[in-house]
Amino acid sequence: MSGKEQFTIERLCQGLSQGKLLGGKCVKCRKIHFPPRPLCDKCFSDRFEQVEISPNGKLLTYTIIHIAPSQFQAMAPYAMGIVQMENGLKVPGMIRDVAADKIKIGMSLKIMFESCIPTSNWPQWPRYYFKPA
Amino acid sequence: MKDKPLVSLISAGLSKFGKLEGLYAREIFAEAAKEAYERCPKLDPKKDIKALYVGHMGESYEHQGHTGATMADWAGLLHIPATRTEAACASSGAALRTALQAVLSGLSDVVMVGGVEKMTHRSTADVTEYLAMASDFPFEQWQGMTFPGLYALMATAHMHEYGTTEKDMATVAVKNHYHGSLNPKAHMQKEITLETAMTSRVVAWPLKLYDCSLITDGASCLILTKPELASKFTDTPVHIVGSGQASDTIGLYERESLTSLAAAKLAAKQAYEMADMKPEDINIAEVHDCFTIAEIIAYEDLGFCKAGEGGKLAEEGETRLGGRIPVNTSGGLKSKGHPVGATGTAQAYEIFLQLTGQAERRQVKDAEIGLTHNVGGSGATATVHIYRRG
Ligand SMILES: CC(C)(COP(=O)(O)OP(=O)(O)OC[C@H]1O[C@@H](n2cnc3c(N)ncnc32)[C@H](O)[C@@H]1OP(=O)(O)O)[C@@H](O)C(=O)NCCC(=O)NCCS
Ligand SMILES: [Zn+2]
Repeated sequence: MSGKEQFTIERLCQGLSQGKLLGGKCVKCRKIHFPPRPLCDKCFSDRFEQVEISPNGKLLTYTIIHIAPSQFQAMAPYAMGIVQMENGLKVPGMIRDVAADKIKIGMSLKIMFESCIPTSNWPQWPRYYFKPA
Repeated sequence: MKDKPLVSLISAGLSKFGKLEGLYAREIFAEAAKEAYERCPKLDPKKDIKALYVGHMGESYEHQGHTGATMADWAGLLHIPATRTEAACASSGAALRTALQAVLSGLSDVVMVGGVEKMTHRSTADVTEYLAMASDFPFEQWQGMTFPGLYALMATAHMHEYGTTEKDMATVAVKNHYHGSLNPKAHMQKEITLETAMTSRVVAWPLKLYDCSLITDGASCLILTKPELASKFTDTPVHIVGSGQASDTIGLYERESLTSLAAAKLAAKQAYEMADMKPEDINIAEVHDCFTIAEIIAYEDLGFCKAGEGGKLAEEGETRLGGRIPVNTSGGLKSKGHPVGATGTAQAYEIFLQLTGQAERRQVKDAEIGLTHNVGGSGATATVHIYRRG
C-alpha cells in the first residue's frame, strides 16, 4: 500500500469512538468510500486519504421496527433510517430522541456516537445513532 | 424466441411447506426428492443423477452445515459430487444457475438441484437474527436492522416517491393468500380480506404482519438434463431458455436506488436477452415476495409495468389468477411460505407444474412461458430464469 499507513475499517472505528466520521477518499478518482476499503471499486487505486465527514444529513427513508432481534428487543419499537450526509454519502442507523409521528423524510439529523461496549474480541464495531439536528 | 433451450427440467419435487414439527432438514429434503423420483419413473436416480447442488442459507437453525453431502446421502445419492450454494434467500436460485452451468459444461448430463431450510423450531427473535446475517453486519445488523426493516425502508421510499399505498401492498397479500388457498402444499391455506391485512399488527412500519412472508420449513428439488436427453426421461419436459444472475452491495444504504433492485433488473435483462423474449411474452411468474413491497418492486424490475406502477398493477387484478399475468400462483412466499434456502427451486417447481398442466385448481390455462425471480437479502443477489413448455 505504497508504504503508507492503511486506512482500514478498524481505523474508521477508532475515529468513530473519538466522535469523528471518517471516509476514505481515493487519491486518483476522488471517490469517497464509506466505510473505507483497500481497493477503490471505481478505479482500483489503493491510495486513499482520510476525510472527515460532516455529522449532519437529511433523512431519505425510515421504518419503525416492532419485531426486533433478541439484542434489541428491550428497545422496540424503535426507528431506523438511511441518512444522506452533506457530502452525499449514505449512512443507515437508529433515529432517537424524536417521537415516531414527528419523523419525516427530508428532516435534518445529526449523527451521535456511543462509547463502544466490546461484546467480544472481534469484531468490535461501534454503535452510533441519529437525532434531530 | 430461441429455438434451442439451455437445459430441460424432467422432474420436480416439493415437500409440504409449513411448521413441520419433529422433522429435520434432511428428512424434509428426502420428501421432496421422493416426489421428484416418483414423477419420473424412467429415471434411475442412482445411475442417472451425476451431481447435486443444494441451496441452504443457515447452519444456525440446526447447528448443521455441510449441507451438500448431507442432502445427497439422505436423497439416496451417495457418492455423487454434492455442493451447497449460499446466497441468503436466493440460495437455491443460485443453485439452479450453478446446476445449469454444470449441465451446459458437459461435465454432468443429469443433475439434481434443490434447496432446504428448517426454521420454525426457533423463536421469532432468533430467526430474525439469523436472517439479518444476510445484511451488512457493522452498519445494518449491529445498529438494530432487521429484514422486515430493510424492506420497510424500501416501502417508505416507494410510497414517498410514487404514492404507493399500504392498501396496494395489502392487495398483494390478499391475492397471494387466495392463490395459496388453492395450493394443498402451502403453509397458510387461507383467504384473507383487505381489512385483515390492513389492520394486522405492525412488524416494521409500514409493513404489517400480512405484508411479511412466513417463517416456514420446507424443501424443493428439480432434475435437469441436456435438452437432447430429455425425451429419454419424459414426454413433457419444461425447458429453461433464459438465465440471469447479478450481485449488488450487501448494504441497502450503499445503493443508488431505494425503490428498485439493480441486481434483479440486470438478471432479468440477461435472462430476457438469452431467451430472446420481452416481458410481454411471459404468461406466469413466481416472484420473490418476501414482503408485499418486494412483489410490487419485482413487477417494475421485471418490466411487467413501468417504475412506480406496481401498486396499480396489483390493484387492477392483472397479477391475480384470471388476470393478464398471474404472479405467484403457488401463494408465493407470503402464503405458500418461505423456507429461505428452498424458495428458489420451489418457485421453479410451481412453474414446472403450471407448464405441464399439473397445477390443479390454480392451473393457468394455456400457459406456455414462465419466469422465476429469486432475491437474496435486500437485493445483493438476484437470479431470474425463463421457462418454456416442452
Ligand atoms: C412477521 C413475523 C415477525 C411474525 O412472527 P411472530 O410475531 O412471532 O408470529 P407467531 O409466529 O408468534 O405467530 C402468531 C400468529 O400469526 C401468524 N403469523 C405469523 N407470521 C405470519 C405472517 N407472516 N403472515 C400472516 N400470519 C402470520 C401465525 O400463524 C400465528 O397465528 P395463530 O395465532 O392463528 O396460530 C414473522 O413471520 C417474520 O419474521 N416473517 C418474515 C420472515 C423473513 O424476514 N424472511 C426473510 C425475508 S428476506
Ligand atoms: Zn478511485
